[in-house]
Amino acid sequence: MLSTLSDLTLMAPELWLAAMACVVLVADVYAGGGRGTVAYLLAQLALLGGMWLLLADAVPAPEALFGGAFLRDPLADVLKAAVLVLTVAVFAYARGYLQGRGLDRGEYYVLGLFGVLGMMVLISAGNLLTLYLGLELLALSLYAMVALHRDSLEASEAAMKYFVLGALASGMMLYGISLLYGVTGSLALDVVARAAAADASDPVMLLALAFVIVGVAFKLGAVPFHMWIPDVYHGAPAAVALYVGAAPKIAGFALAMRLLVEGLGGLQAEWADMLVVLAVLSIAIGNVVAIAQTNIKRMLGYSTISHIGFLLLGLIAGTRDGYGAAMFYALTYALMAAGAFGVVAIMSRRSEAELLDDYRGLNARNPWLAFMMLILMFSMAGVPPTVGFYAKLTVLKAVIDVGALWLAVVAVAFSIVGAFYYLRVVKLMYFDEPPEEAAVRAGLQAGTVLSANGLAVLGLGLLPGALLALCLQVVG
Amino acid sequence: MALTFQQFLFYAFAAVLVGAALGVITARNPVHSVLYLVLAFFTSAALWLLMEAEFLALTLVLVYVGAVMVLFLFVVMMLDIDLAALRAGFTRYLPLGLVVAALIVWEMASVLGPARFGPGRVAAPAPHGAGYSNTKALGETLYTQHLYAFEVAALILLVAIVAAIALTLRRRPDTRRQDPARQVRVRRRDRVRLVRMAPERRPAPAASEPGGRTGTEEA
Repeated sequence: MLSTLSDLTLMAPELWLAAMACVVLVADVYAGGGRGTVAYLLAQLALLGGMWLLLADAVPAPEALFGGAFLRDPLADVLKAAVLVLTVAVFAYARGYLQGRGLDRGEYYVLGLFGVLGMMVLISAGNLLTLYLGLELLALSLYAMVALHRDSLEASEAAMKYFVLGALASGMMLYGISLLYGVTGSLALDVVARAAAADASDPVMLLALAFVIVGVAFKLGAVPFHMWIPDVYHGAPAAVALYVGAAPKIAGFALAMRLLVEGLGGLQAEWADMLVVLAVLSIAIGNVVAIAQTNIKRMLGYSTISHIGFLLLGLIAGTRDGYGAAMFYALTYALMAAGAFGVVAIMSRRSEAELLDDYRGLNARNPWLAFMMLILMFSMAGVPPTVGFYAKLTVLKAVIDVGALWLAVVAVAFSIVGAFYYLRVVKLMYFDEPPEEAAVRAGLQAGTVLSANGLAVLGLGLLPGALLALCLQVVG
Repeated sequence: MALTFQQFLFYAFAAVLVGAALGVITARNPVHSVLYLVLAFFTSAALWLLMEAEFLALTLVLVYVGAVMVLFLFVVMMLDIDLAALRAGFTRYLPLGLVVAALIVWEMASVLGPARFGPGRVAAPAPHGAGYSNTKALGETLYTQHLYAFEVAALILLVAIVAAIALTLRRRPDTRRQDPARQVRVRRRDRVRLVRMAPERRPAPAASEPGGRTGTEEA
């Protein structure tokens, strides 16, 4: 229950973002000619303001509002900060692409802001109801954003598939949640956690767990609930694929963390077994099928699936180190995905550069852009000294520490297979002849953000200690 | 085991509900499906009344049956659905679908049977006194305990509106639309021109023309 109004400062970032999303909505209507510009600047202001409000009073210990429905703890603060930073970068990359397509309208930014709000609600969820509502706020914004390019048949098809499959997965998850409520009589995650710890062999609880896992796996995109990822990344405009591919992965991690670790931590042994299957299949199918792709967005889609497999490995370990490693993986993967899709969005400004062949000889056309893509591809492949190597290393170490050596071996074997398609992009960029001579311009803003993004991937790989320590501290 | 009147009502309504739900997915005509759905909603409302959730039951009838489903009915009537194409793979997929459905029902029944959710496990809620208002109780819960969730739900509806408009509103050059601001600002002299002219005699209708035409058309 709300005791005083001053308690609301705990949720100041959310309130600010909700208000600003409405301001952007109205300002966009009245802005007239240069509409995209006003919406874009206001959206960036909203994100940076939210960031400032978030960091201005970061909480040292968990605090709850509305009887536990809203939970603000250090974990939530770090994840929200990451979501906000990544979305600033995503909007900066997306701008040029949207302008070139006549899509530079306020709706992209409004829906993007509501999506961010959904992620923040989800990250801060203290009960099953707000968890689900945050998830739906995010998902609805994403469905609409994928369909935003109405004249594109591919985008409509992708949106339709995403919507139908997403609705099905939401329904599954909601059914699991209703069973949890039926067994425990409460929506609060801490009550559910106590019930799960008290009786880990309750079959109803296990049935609920199975349904909940389906929902989590779908939102993350783990095999066999992955079919939407390649289609959505392929069909959606590059600016939207960029948005879908980056920050929502952090939200997916938060969902798994809140629901599985905090809510159903007592059933860890059971859900870890299910996640093992999902993780192994994801790493195998993601890496192998990505090799066959000729479309870079589709390839990045399958690469996402394999990375999700790695993220799940950290959760499977079930230790504090494992959760910290999974969080580190989620944050750094989202950073890499934002950068890689950012390059795709920059390349696609004048005409769609979706095929791998469009990246031939990029070094001759824009050496810096090619170098950034090189860092990002090396990082995704897990080549030292980039952060991708360190993220994989910490996850594998956590898995080996709990004695699941075979899992680590399988993961390493398939990531060696996967290195092929990342290095192929590098080979195309550096050793092939460019199809055209025209230089590719990134523009000042997107170029600066991309440089920061690429160098962060490199810098975090050289000095991962601080971020990793932060991750370990907040999950504990 | 003697059946109390209330139990009899419950089983009767439950049977109608399941029948109506089956009707929704098996009816050949989409309009019939919608009508079955109306029946399902109405029967659920009756079940809720049995559980003393009067406000929710009435809202279900008023909002869903009264407004949403009627709108749905209009939409379904306006859709041009190719029934033959929809039913194309029906017989081919039916056996597999039936097996999967039977499996799910068996699995769920074995876990969710009366052994775990029967009256023994979950106590019946205490009946309320005559002065109890569940509208008030619902309002109190909604605006205190679940205020946050309520507001987030409102945001979801806002996103739905934004998305629906963004995806369907098209500004075509040949679309005729009103501009209320211009309509309000309009002056008499923009629309009406008063012309001073001398009165004229209306010419008499020609004698060769057959009768029946009135003079108003020429006025």
